[in-house]
Amino acid sequence: MKIVIINYGAGNIQSIKFAIERLGYSAILSDDPNEIKEADRVIFPGVGEASSAMKKLRETRLQDLIPNLSQPVLGICLGMQLMCNRSEEGNTSGLGIFDVDVVRFSKNVKVPQIGWNQIQGLKSELFRGVTEKEHIYLVHSYYAPICNETIATSEYGVDYSAALQKDNFYGVQFHPEKSSEVGAKILQNFLDLK
Amino acid sequence: MLAKRIIPCLDIKDGRTVKGVNFVDLRDAGDPVELAEIYSKEGADELVFLDISATEQKRKTLADLVYHVAEKINIPFTVGGGISSVEDVDILLQNGADKVSINSSAVKNPQLINDLVAKFGSQCIVVAIDAKQVDGEWIVHLVGGKVPTDRKLFEWAKEVEERGAGEILFTSMDRDGTKDGFADEALAKLSTELNIPIIASGGAGKVEHFADTFLKGKADAALAASVFHFKEIAIGDLKSKLRESNIPVRI
Repeated sequence: MKIVIINYGAGNIQSIKFAIERLGYSAILSDDPNEIKEADRVIFPGVGEASSAMKKLRETRLQDLIPNLSQPVLGICLGMQLMCNRSEEGNTSGLGIFDVDVVRFSKNVKVPQIGWNQIQGLKSELFRGVTEKEHIYLVHSYYAPICNETIATSEYGVDYSAALQKDNFYGVQFHPEKSSEVGAKILQNFLDLK
Repeated sequence: MLAKRIIPCLDIKDGRTVKGVNFVDLRDAGDPVELAEIYSKEGADELVFLDISATEQKRKTLADLVYHVAEKINIPFTVGGGISSVEDVDILLQNGADKVSINSSAVKNPQLINDLVAKFGSQCIVVAIDAKQVDGEWIVHLVGGKVPTDRKLFEWAKEVEERGAGEILFTSMDRDGTKDGFADEALAKLSTELNIPIIASGGAGKVEHFADTFLKGKADAALAASVFHFKEIAIGDLKSKLRESNIPVRI
């Protein structure tokens, strides 16, 4: 299986590569459109600030490529947020795959949310074998509200989308690569998607 | 519900794990990668690697260690110790570190916090603050608590937050190595006055200390070293007991 992790200079992608390798696969880091198009699975990572990440996606023309991919695509953390319509962070437009706008957590909770929170309302093959209320690891200041494309929720002062799905596009707010055995299972499920 | 985090800290010198009592008199407690794997399996929520070596090869040794840890473990980890530039941080993140912590370099050059946040984002910048009480006032100290500064803990912590740090790791130098419990009063004040997560450090000796620092100290996470390294407290037992006290933990 050919797995490509999109490399557009956004944050720590080494960890995702290692997580794939721990499952017995290998992954390549690439920003080459042809390589990405030919992959069986595409992982779209992201750590950092939304508007500067979008700027990089525009410069590298990945902005046009990603929404047109037809194989399973998994956005992680900021990657998921960039797949939404807009983000309040840096007031930027997104890739418009998920029909929801990303907003900042209120001042009633500590921001960023850092640590292990629970996921529930699981409704996707991505969570096969994962039980309700398992803990996953998150680090984020912005979130996607609950919407039609929500396939898992979590709670931090507000119920929000822990994962989204539309057709072949999946997005997770948490870091499966850092979420212990649960995260490994979710990554494996992504690789096993038909 | 967001769980309270338990974080073993591994002090690293020349690629090996060490832990001092009151930061002097170091003892060897094993291989860092192996220890990291053990802690990860035992249920640690996160790990901190604090490099205290001062050799010229330090940068490369640490980057190699980070790479090997990231290869093996599937929980987040923070790396600190002598980090003083954007380049230092870049190398560590590229090798697989999730977060970095800065301490003295932030006190000497507070703008570094802004620079790191602008380049890497708040989520991976932890500012460590070592402080102890001098005439009833919490004063920030450097060099493992040996050198006092003119900064007061609460003012400095507020500034650190305003400059964009994602988290504060507060070590009470009065408590560190004593096993008398965390500095819960100061922690509660930090947690109330600031709106970013606070990690409690210094003073862990028994299970009750962890419960206290979450309940009375309002800490978001608790860090300890020797009680874990020398198996005085098992992480699994600790978490079960915290759960009995209705403290949310990941089991």
